[in-house]
Amino acid sequence: MTYRIVHYINQFFAGIGGEEKADIAPEVRKAVVGPGMAFKAAFAGKAEIVGTVICGDTYFAEHIDDATDTIIKMISDLKPDAVVAGPAFNAGRYGTACGGVADAVSKRLGIPVVTGMYPENPGVDMYRKSIYIVPTADSARGIKDAVPAMAKLLLKMLEGGKLGSPAAEGYIPRGIRINTFYEEPGADRAVKMLVKKLKGEQFVTEYPMPSFDRVAPAAPVKDMKNATIAVVTSGGICPKGNPDHIEASSASKFGTYCIKDVQTADSEHYQTAHGGYDPTYANDDPNRVLPLDVLREKEKAGEFKKLYDYFSTTVGNGTSIANAKKFGLAIGKKLVDDGVDAVILTST
Amino acid sequence: MKLELLKAHVKNVEWGGKTALKGGVLTVDKAELLKAVADENFKKVDAELARPGESIRIVPVKDAIEPRFKVEGGGQEFPGVVSDVEPVGEGKTFVLEGAAVVTCGRIVNFQEGIVDMTGPAADYTPFSKTMNVVLIFEPVDGLEKHDYEKCCRIAGLKAALYLAQKAYEAGAEVDESKTYEILNFVESMKSYPGLPKVAYLYMLQTQGLLHDTYVYGIDAKRILPTIIHPNEVMDGAIVSGNCVSACDKNSTYTHQNNPVIRSLYEHHGKDLNFVGVIITNENVTLADKRRSSSYAVKLAKMFGVDGVVITEEGFGNPDADLIMNCRKAEAAGIKTTLVTDEYAGRDGASQSLADAAKEADAVVTAGNANMLIELPKLDKVIGYQDYANIIAGGFDGSLRADGSIEVELQAITGATCELGFTRISAETW
Repeated sequence: MTYRIVHYINQFFAGIGGEEKADIAPEVRKAVVGPGMAFKAAFAGKAEIVGTVICGDTYFAEHIDDATDTIIKMISDLKPDAVVAGPAFNAGRYGTACGGVADAVSKRLGIPVVTGMYPENPGVDMYRKSIYIVPTADSARGIKDAVPAMAKLLLKMLEGGKLGSPAAEGYIPRGIRINTFYEEPGADRAVKMLVKKLKGEQFVTEYPMPSFDRVAPAAPVKDMKNATIAVVTSGGICPKGNPDHIEASSASKFGTYCIKDVQTADSEHYQTAHGGYDPTYANDDPNRVLPLDVLREKEKAGEFKKLYDYFSTTVGNGTSIANAKKFGLAIGKKLVDDGVDAVILTST
Repeated sequence: MKLELLKAHVKNVEWGGKTALKGGVLTVDKAELLKAVADENFKKVDAELARPGESIRIVPVKDAIEPRFKVEGGGQEFPGVVSDVEPVGEGKTFVLEGAAVVTCGRIVNFQEGIVDMTGPAADYTPFSKTMNVVLIFEPVDGLEKHDYEKCCRIAGLKAALYLAQKAYEAGAEVDESKTYEILNFVESMKSYPGLPKVAYLYMLQTQGLLHDTYVYGIDAKRILPTIIHPNEVMDGAIVSGNCVSACDKNSTYTHQNNPVIRSLYEHHGKDLNFVGVIITNENVTLADKRRSSSYAVKLAKMFGVDGVVITEEGFGNPDADLIMNCRKAEAAGIKTTLVTDEYAGRDGASQSLADAAKEADAVVTAGNANMLIELPKLDKVIGYQDYANIIAGGFDGSLRADGSIEVELQAITGATCELGFTRISAETW
């Protein structure tokens, strides 16, 4: 028999449009759309796409519950044997939507479902425990590898095969601890590991410690009236023209700009570099993300002594934790060196 | 100090008129054995045999002990508990290798286990591979739990000593002899220049209230961390007196056959210089934890070691001791590897330990103790099978009407032993 597959994709991969069309409501087409063609080939006749459900990423994000209900109903009406979502690559909201849809398919319809994402897509952390996610490249250029891997995994699930380890099956580890047996007793493994560690050789821990990157909250500012306050944003607000070319996604840098005597982040002089949200309102009035106007008012009113003369900015959109940490440390150091007492962080 | 283990291989066990070992068969005089372990606090003591592969379930299991008897050198097995307090660890010790005394009977506390001699659980417990002489206890009415625990503990040790002594005196042949030696500090510190000096930081379960371990008869929660020679451990200087979940309590048998000590000896002089063992405890108050971890690491610094293997016993609260020992050792420039087990939930999705530290970058795990395992009905039950519903790792309904049992691995004796006794591990899927 040929398995019936429903494919979930966003407005962009459906060819409807980019950010400006991200607010379209769910719709269903009894057709193979966009990347569905590649899946059709990869299924090699063992499965067919009987319909495609399309939803705008913004619409999904802003109406999660209703959109999920509608999409699940659309999928269910097509009586599929399995569902494939995406791949979403490193698109954060698309990844989140694919994860949300896949999670709902798994829980409500109880049929196999597979999606694909770049390992650092925020959708991975949100959903990897509950669904199978195939690792992909960070952009649609990786579709050639992503689709066959997703199709293979989905077919295996459909054929009732028990899935093996993430490495063997090609999915992102779900964080599930599974018992296994080695050739050697644990004591011998521990002594050998110590010998390697002492020699400075590579060794592999059997239990990577969960990372608790806890940041202790700073003590409240005791004397606001005499405090120097800074503002830092991951919302991408930068001088018009984005002089340092901060990337719209996966930022590799941050910028620091002088705002001495600047009373407001007006649209004539500022814009956002951020590619992960609708920039219309931020570009209309950049104060919405970088509230210089309100901060100057409060400074004048004496609520604090001084607004620090520079702001730092980057784009928090698919930006790796490693980069974000690096930026944070560098920005923080300069603020401390310059005697700033407190900082307001704004996002998007 | 030098100790020679004279090993006689036990390939079968049977009842008979005289306790002796001949041709690999351990014959046991049951009446004499029961007399040797008699205690006025037992209403009844019985004994049974269980061999690998037999359709036998032993439950609830308290401890397992290897029969050993000192034939040369000072002291005797299990010093300070069933023998005099004089030091052990030198001379010659006779071992009935392949045999074990397993203590069982009316429950002391919830943390007792199951040993299946066949089936899926047999893959997890070390005591499905030994020829077992099982003692089944019934206490007199009104006996306090801690008194009952002590009686069970002592009876098991006496039985192990009895079997080895009688077999030796009846002329048992030694199949294999192995010598273990670490020189005194002056010599050992000069030995193997160029090889890293390594010690073993050996954590003993001492949370109290039936969670106790004894060293030369001293309750280890009352000790400051101290130094012990690895050979003393082989001679029964450390005995288990604890009711910790069956899967990761260190039975007296695993102390006697501590695999970390065995492995360090195997590496000694090849790629490391094994200079000694530091024992420490796992007490419950923060001050105790801080004192013991700091003191144990201080001893390691006094040794001047480059690395330590640290093993845990139990889980949850002792995870804090494990991590403190690790962090303080690493901060002192002493490299560590840890042996622990995991409580990652039945689905394996939870965080495995109650504490964590980035310094703990070299961890060996003895598996997820929360994993469910199904045990088929076995033909014979030694002990009381209905305890499967209340022992740690069991739950109401664990024992089914058909005699099969579903429990967490936690309930299987020695399944996730944090001395690294078995081959189990876990990986992330």
